[in-house]
This record gives sequence, C-alpha cells and structure tokens, in this order.
Amino acid sequence: MLDGETNKLETQVRQARESLDAQVKEARAALDAHVREIVEWHFNSETGCPFWLDYASRLSWNPRRDVKTYEDLARFGFFQDEHLRGGPVRRWVPRAYSDRPVYVFETGGSTGVPKSRINIEDFRLDYEAFSHTLPDEAFPKGADWLAVGPSGPRRLRLAVEHLAQYRGGICFMVDLDPRWVIKLLKSNQSKQAEAYKQHVVEQALTLLRAHDGIRCLFTTPKLLEALCEKVSLRKLGITGVFCGGTEMTPQFHRFAVEELLDGVHFAPTYGNTLMGLAVGKPRLPEDNYAIIYYPPAPRAMIEVVNPDSPDTLVGYGETGRVCLTTLTREFFMPRFLERDEAEREPPYLPYAWDGVRNVRPFAKLETNVVEGVY
Amino acid sequence: MLHIPLLRRGEPYKSLDVVRVVHHRTREPFVEISQANAGLIRRDLAGQERARAALAAFSVRELIEMSVRAAEIFAHDELPVGEETQTPDAYVEQVSATTGLPFVMARRNMEKIRGALAQMENVLRGLTRNLDLEILDRGYGEIEGQAVSFFPRAESLGVVLPSNSPGVHSLWVPAVALKIPLVLKPGGAEPWTPYRIVQAFMKAGVPREAFGYYPTGHGGAAEILRHTGRGIVFGDVASVSQWQEDGRVEVHGPGYSKVVIGDDLADEWEDHLDVIAASILDNGGRSCVNASGVWVSRHADEIAEALAARFAEIVPRAAEDEAAQLAPFADARVAARISQVIDQGLLEAGARDVTAGRRGREGARLREWDSCAYLLPTVVRCDAPSHALANREFLFPFASVVEVGQDELPQSLGASLVVTAITRDEGLIAKLLASPHVDRLNVGAIPTTRISWDQPHEGNLFEHLYARRAFQRAAATATTTTRT
Repeated sequence: MLDGETNKLETQVRQARESLDAQVKEARAALDAHVREIVEWHFNSETGCPFWLDYASRLSWNPRRDVKTYEDLARFGFFQDEHLRGGPVRRWVPRAYSDRPVYVFETGGSTGVPKSRINIEDFRLDYEAFSHTLPDEAFPKGADWLAVGPSGPRRLRLAVEHLAQYRGGICFMVDLDPRWVIKLLKSNQSKQAEAYKQHVVEQALTLLRAHDGIRCLFTTPKLLEALCEKVSLRKLGITGVFCGGTEMTPQFHRFAVEELLDGVHFAPTYGNTLMGLAVGKPRLPEDNYAIIYYPPAPRAMIEVVNPDSPDTLVGYGETGRVCLTTLTREFFMPRFLERDEAEREPPYLPYAWDGVRNVRPFAKLETNVVEGVY
Repeated sequence: MLHIPLLRRGEPYKSLDVVRVVHHRTREPFVEISQANAGLIRRDLAGQERARAALAAFSVRELIEMSVRAAEIFAHDELPVGEETQTPDAYVEQVSATTGLPFVMARRNMEKIRGALAQMENVLRGLTRNLDLEILDRGYGEIEGQAVSFFPRAESLGVVLPSNSPGVHSLWVPAVALKIPLVLKPGGAEPWTPYRIVQAFMKAGVPREAFGYYPTGHGGAAEILRHTGRGIVFGDVASVSQWQEDGRVEVHGPGYSKVVIGDDLADEWEDHLDVIAASILDNGGRSCVNASGVWVSRHADEIAEALAARFAEIVPRAAEDEAAQLAPFADARVAARISQVIDQGLLEAGARDVTAGRRGREGARLREWDSCAYLLPTVVRCDAPSHALANREFLFPFASVVEVGQDELPQSLGASLVVTAITRDEGLIAKLLASPHVDRLNVGAIPTTRISWDQPHEGNLFEHLYARRAFQRAAATATTTTRT
C-alpha cells in the first residue's frame, strides 16, 4: 500500500475513534444529568414514591444533594429484588402520578411471590423508542401483528400491542402461560407441556391463515421453532419476526436465520419488566451470530461486573454478572444484580455506551451425587 | 483445540454453542464439543423415514458384513474426529483424558466393542433366537412351517448415552444391522466412542444418513427420546425417572447387580472369592454389571474381611500403567460427595466400612494422587438388607456384604440387573428364575461382568425395535407378488 493511502486510512481511523470518544463522553454527560433529574424526582417529597422517600429518611446522607453522577449511585449499594415481592404495591407509585391510572406488571412467579413493577407510560415510551430501530421494509407501517407468547401479568402483552398500534397496525394475540408450562415440566408431564405448546401453535396458525394483513410476528424462541416446524412463515406473508421473552443463544440465532426463517427479518431482543427493552445490534458477519444488546440509555443502563466484587466492571470482552439500573420517572432501581451473565461489549454507534453480548443464566456450579454408575 | 462437531444425517455441523471438557488430571480444556439446540434436533428428526429407507435398501446380511468390517476399522484405522484424525492409540488416550479411565481399561472396552461388531451375526442370532434374518428383509417368512411377519416399531432409535465406560456402546450397535437408523446423544465426558463407532460404520459402507450424533443438554436429550419411535436412556435415578412409564423407551438406570451365595455353598465361600472380587472390581467398578452387593446367609463377616484384605492392595496408578485398576474422578467434587454419602450411611447403626482399617494411616476413602481424586475400593458390611447402604451403587468399586436368610431371597434383592447365583440348590435357582426383578441370571461361579454375545443384555434390542404381526397370505397373491 502506498504511504499516502496508509496515512489517509490512519487518519480516518483516528477521526472515527475521536468521534466515538466524543459521543461516549457526550452520552455520559447526558446520563449524569439524567441521573440527577431522576434522583431529584424520586427523592423529592412532592414527586417521589413512598418507598424511596422512606428509604431516604433512614440514610445518613441526602441523595438529592450527594448524587451528582451515575457513579454516585454506588452509594445506594445493590438493589434487593425482594423489595419488589409483596405489597403494598402503591409504595412504588410516585406522588406526582398518584392520580394517574397505574398498571402492575410481574416477572418471575413460577414459584412464590412474583416481583411487581408499576407502570404508567414507561412500556409505551420504551416500545416507541424501540419501534424506531425496526426496519420498515421488514415491519411495514400499517401492517398487522401477531403476538404469540406470555401475556397475562406480563408487560409484553400491552407493550407488543402498543408497538403494533404505534406503527399503525392491529395486534392479534395468542396467550401462553409459562408458569403452567414450568409446572408441567417440573412434574414430569412433558406430554402435557407439548400438547399445550401445540395448542398455542395451532391458534397462531389459524390466525395467520385467516388474516392476510398480518406481516409482523412477536414470539419466543421456542414458539418460533414450533411454528416453523409446521409452516413457512414467509409463505404465510410474514416479513419480520421480533423475538424475545427468554434466553437466546448465538446457535439459536444462527439456526433461526439459516434454517427457520427463509429470509424473513429476525430482530432478537432482550428485555425485562424491571429494565425495559434493549435493542439488538444489527447482525454483522464478524459477530458470528452473537446476540449483542444495548440498553435504552439514559432510561436504563446495563453493566457487566465482576461477580466476586460487583463494584468493579469487567474488561471489554470479559465475562461477568449483569447489573441493571433503571432510571425513569416511574421507576428507580439502582444497580440490581441480575441472575444472568454476559460479556461486556464496547459502544457501537448510535449506542455510545456499553452493551452486553450473549446474555445467559449464571453457569451452574453445583454438583449432585448420582445414584448409579451413569 | 480439538473440536467434535454434530453429525446431521452423517454430515459434520459445527455449532456456535460449545462445551469444553477438561482433562481429568491437568484440568485444562481438552476438547470442544458442539452442542445441538433442541429445535435443530427436531428439524432433523422430521426426515427420519429417509434415513430408514437408506438402511432398508441393504439386506441384513449386507449390514452384518458392514458391521464386521466396521469392527476392524474401529479397532485399527485412523478415523476422522472433527477436522482432525484419530488413531486407535489417540482414541484410548482421549477417552482416558476426559473420563479418567486408565488406558488398559479403555483398550479392554475397545476390544469389547470390536467383539460386538465382529460377532454381529451371533449377536443377532441371540437377540432374535435364531430367526432367519432374511425374514427381516422380506418382512415375512416361515419358521417351522408357520408364517411369521415382523415390522419395525420405529423409523429410528434414539439413545441417550452415559460417560461411565465405553463398553456400554456395544448394546446399541446391533441396531444398524437391524436396519434401524441411530440418533445418538453422547455422554458429556465421553463423546469419543459413539463418534468413532459411527465413523467406522460409515467407512464400512453404511449410509451416512443413518447416523445422527447430537451432543446436547437435557432438553435436547428429551427431544431425541420424544421424537424417535424407540429409545434407550442411560442415566442416574433422577434423570431416567421421567421415562420409566414410557413403553417406547428402555431405561438403563443403576444396575444394583449382585453376587448371591446359596446356603448350600456358603461354607465354600473362599473358593469363589476371585469371582466375587472380579465382579466388584472389573473395569474400575464403573459398569452397571459390576456387583454392588454380596448377599449370603452365613460368613458375611469373613467374606467382607477377605475382600477388604484384597482391595487394600489396590492403589491409584498412572493412566498409562497396565496394572491400573482404579479410575480417578474427572470431577473431584463428585468423588468427595460420594464419599460423604457413604459416611452418612455409616452413621446409621448396622453397617461398618470393613476396608477403612486397612487403608493406611488416615483410612481415608478419598485419596488424592497425582493431582487426581480417587475413591479407594470400599466394602461395607451391612447387618440387614434394610440398611441404607445395603443396596447402593456408585461409580467406583463399592459393595455391601449383606447377611440375609435364604428364605428372604430373591424378594429382598430388589431390582438387579445381573445376579450371579453361586449355588446348586434347584429351589433357589427356580426362585431366581421366576423373579421379575432379576434381569440377567448367571448360575454358578461366573463374574457378573462377563458378557455372552448370544445373550441379550438388559432388554432385548430386537424386541425393542421389532414387533411380530399376525400374517396370512393367499397362494395366488404370493405368486403375483413374486412375479412383479
């Protein structure tokens, strides 16, 4: 290569790096400002919720005065999700919203008391923001949707419907109760679980065949597999699949793209009731089907921390525990250590903040004694 | 690092989900194994009839000949393993690396598999009780003037395999000669043997599409068993329980194999000590056919002490040592937990570890040697069959010596894969023959571990894969069909 071309390339690389650095810095400043606004909101007796006001009354420091940056949230320690189990759920409603209609969404609950999070507008705001990341050619404006998956007490039911409506469509629904499926599997009733899955799939196929206007599908990985074992979604007119709700592996991602979807656009997502909805990085060959998500900053942040000393971030590309922070006017949740692990991913524009790669449950380390030689 | 791919209808497929298995001694990653997602397995199993058609295009005779060729290929050839190749010696070292099995035992198991393949005709004759095997090609025929017809119960056989010892793979290999394609889920620590057997079959001329090889988790294993017409599952008590009531699936849980000495020969116990010791000790105690109990009406104390004296001489040795009789645990924590379970059992009155006093300074069952965890052979003397340790099975040479009245036999034995009955008492033999709990019966001084190729082992694979139907054919129809 000629020296001139080398110099030109080096300059372009340097400029790109400087541009990224500048945007990361800018995003960080916006995050710090957002943290101050949210802490002020939740710890102000005029606007804050009873839980955090009560919490602050027992502190020897003043969050409104002492939290100035995102790093300062470390003063809260780690959020205990036990706070979200059981009532009174109204302690989480900010006083400023006390006269607004309140939704409650649940997460977990296969056994015991589920975690509850109140919602007013957040699910709409999250999914509207997410809508802008969807390609119109795969998820056409005005097209109808079909959502096949957990609804009931989960945010997904209203959120996906709102996404469809926001994009000018109507959303058909088929429900699946995951708590019942888990109960069946735990009691060795796998045939019943399979029959229930087929019951869900048959309802979905009936709707897909009866309504030509359905172009967009939301479903979970397992239900997507089950649907594609019966039909070609492309032949039924589906152009885009938005997939989430449970863990997704790179192998599943590849399998879906190479063998299930026949060219239909695949948009994997990572979301939960506590954080919101993360956006999947567009698929690039060099990522080899890794599933990379970026949180909807500054409304939520995901960090990957050292499991043994969770105050420390791991390096880029290293594995650690997922730590969530939610920063909206409806819900403040500083530094919640999820039961997930992932690799830390560097910023990728337009996401000028950290992402996560291949989120999955914590590796199990327990061993049991087996009876027998096998 | 060496990578073992899936085999999808015989074709390698490298998954993005991988598991790295460590070397049992160095704890360094030794092999990377592709993992199949459940949907991929189901998708492949949607086309089972094609695999079956590919095998059914050959006669049983031709498939037996291929099995015989596969025997020598398996034992002697350099075969593909992922993108690399594997010599027979490398295979032995690799099995040892991830399971802890000493080379000498890996080689013995290799020979056992070679034997099963080479003796395929005898094996099938044993399984089918000398059926004219051409009947399976035609679907019907005659036995002593009587019309018979057999049909396959499945398009393929799904097998969820263990990691304990390679010899177990000799059980499913006859499926190929019986024209039933295989869908294999290898054990987590022993991917080597089923992969090598499949490679040997393919090199011997068996169609590639007859083989699926899917390393996967519990979910994927369940998909294999749910979506193949017939299945075999090997596993511990917990993992096989969900298949116990499924008639399509043959369950191979713990063997709880035993040596029983009748009243008539109890006083001659010393003459049979070799057989008893071999039953407990062969193959490092890692087989379901290893005895985990010695049940006798008299001399239990002397037998336990005599076994303990012999076992005290057995010490950990290097994997390469031809005299090695013990296998270290690939995961030291498993060894520690097993030892704890035995110690907890000993807290209950009525049992004592007879070997403890002979193990040297500390008497510890769990021994660390050359960076590996070993459990030293253990003999527990139980006063009654009801004791918690009287009928247990673990992955090392472990046996309880139980004193029990002959009138309590065989009902107190519980389910036993193999019973070696050292007796000439026809009454006791008749009772054992009539017992539904005794799967395989050796009458006389035959180690529980000795296999006879013409005898079915733990279920009859032919009966599992084929059923007989009522069949009649009018003479005119037969003529017409023959002409076309």
